[in-house]
Amino acid sequence: MQIEIDEISKEFGATAALRPVSLSIPSGALVALLGPSGSGKTTLLRILGGLEFPNSGRVLFDGVDATGLTVQERRAGFVFQSYALFRHMTVFENIAYGLRARPRKSRPPEAEISRRVTKLLELIQLPDIGARYPTQLSGGQRQRVALARALAIEPRMLLLDEPFGALDARVRKELRQGLREIHDSTGLTTVFVTHDQDEAMELADLVVVMSMGQIEQIGRPADIRARPATQFVRDFISA
Amino acid sequence: MSDTPAPQFRPANFRPVTTESPLTRWLLIASVVVVLSVLLFAPLIVVFAEALKDGVIEALASLGNRDARSAVLLTLMVTALALPLNAVFGVAAAWLITKFDFRGKAFLITLIDLPFSVSPVVAGLCLVLLFGTNSLFGGWMVAQGYPIIFAVPGIILATLFVTFPFVARELIPVMIEQGKVEEEAALTLGAGGWRVFFTVTLPNIRWALLYGVLLCNARAMGEFGAVAVVSGKIRGQTATMPITIEMLYNEYLSVAAFTMAALLALLALVTLVLKTLLEWRYADQLAATHRH
Repeated sequence: MQIEIDEISKEFGATAALRPVSLSIPSGALVALLGPSGSGKTTLLRILGGLEFPNSGRVLFDGVDATGLTVQERRAGFVFQSYALFRHMTVFENIAYGLRARPRKSRPPEAEISRRVTKLLELIQLPDIGARYPTQLSGGQRQRVALARALAIEPRMLLLDEPFGALDARVRKELRQGLREIHDSTGLTTVFVTHDQDEAMELADLVVVMSMGQIEQIGRPADIRARPATQFVRDFISA
Repeated sequence: MSDTPAPQFRPANFRPVTTESPLTRWLLIASVVVVLSVLLFAPLIVVFAEALKDGVIEALASLGNRDARSAVLLTLMVTALALPLNAVFGVAAAWLITKFDFRGKAFLITLIDLPFSVSPVVAGLCLVLLFGTNSLFGGWMVAQGYPIIFAVPGIILATLFVTFPFVARELIPVMIEQGKVEEEAALTLGAGGWRVFFTVTLPNIRWALLYGVLLCNARAMGEFGAVAVVSGKIRGQTATMPITIEMLYNEYLSVAAFTMAALLALLALVTLVLKTLLEWRYADQLAATHRH
């Protein structure tokens, strides 16, 4: 799905989180929103997912205005920074949640839910953990379960907020590769937020460098490295 | 893996850093035992001893009359009404305060605490002024044949007011700690508001809710001050258990008074036992729902 962000702005009280920003994300791309904390990258991601609403501007999905769509109507697979797994449910029930939440007409039968959850557990290479609770998993496992849960709703796009933020270096490397593979096999338009320029440069097709609620530069990793558009970008990617 | 522990070098006066000397330990334990005995166990024992002073038969006989039965039924009924209402109010208030940002939030929290800071007698008097025979609404209700003050509705109102903060106060810190990210996750997965509440919010707060309801229960059964003002103390009609106890005691019917008191204490003990049983039965779940 192609995403068009048209002059979106967002204020929290007196502070501007996003000055009008515009961005076009091609269908099937893997995009990194890169910037320091307070640059507005998470706000932009939450606006895409329907968790925040902009003060002005429009969001278009495949050319259709989606600004007023509710969070449920957006069908965005969202992976939260802290994973936000439901801690009173097993891994199986966590992944099945989105399918069970569907209206009765479009809700798959129990056997179908079970089949899909099993398939997703295989996709994240954790086939045997369905009966466990989130507190019994490692950080990397939780992150993968959160990804499987987001994929279960057959999302139109995948949005990830600092997906590897709380993990150690070795696990990060593994999961980066995992995300790349899942992106390539599903073909989903994927946007992830990060403050780690290595991660953005290594993983993304397109990097959006943000600072102080504005977009500093949009480009392929190699282009940004070779030709930083502003002093901020130059400093940030060499840091 | 071997079962034999690795040999450790221990100096003669070895003591873990978090342990005090034996003398300090015994002093601390002894003072706790003394305080608990004087403040908690002694009164409980006295209540039961006084009730059973003339024997079990005498004690049970004092509960056999119509007025005693009416007092027990009234207290149970008022509690049974106050608990679900305050559970719903408390959850609604805590949900509003912890999941949304709005102006006047601090003021609302203060309002919720009001019944804690206002003397129950003052609360009772306010109810009399608001709903008594001389008030506009109260007078009209009396004319319709449904008096509020010196009748059961007044007792229910007084109990609701006094026990209002317990559930909300128990829930607010838990819900603040849990944040709203799990709710947001459920929304992105397509769940609607009610579904999010019943499948995510409520399961996460059920233990805090249970504790709040138990506290509310203890207070609802035991409330004296506010209820005493609005009840009118009509025997067999508006006298709850605590009020009956006071009346019996003032009439020097000490066996009857202490038997009723023992029964009230037993009701409170039953809720404590229930809570302990639940905690014991669901220990795993309780541990799993706590964040690491």
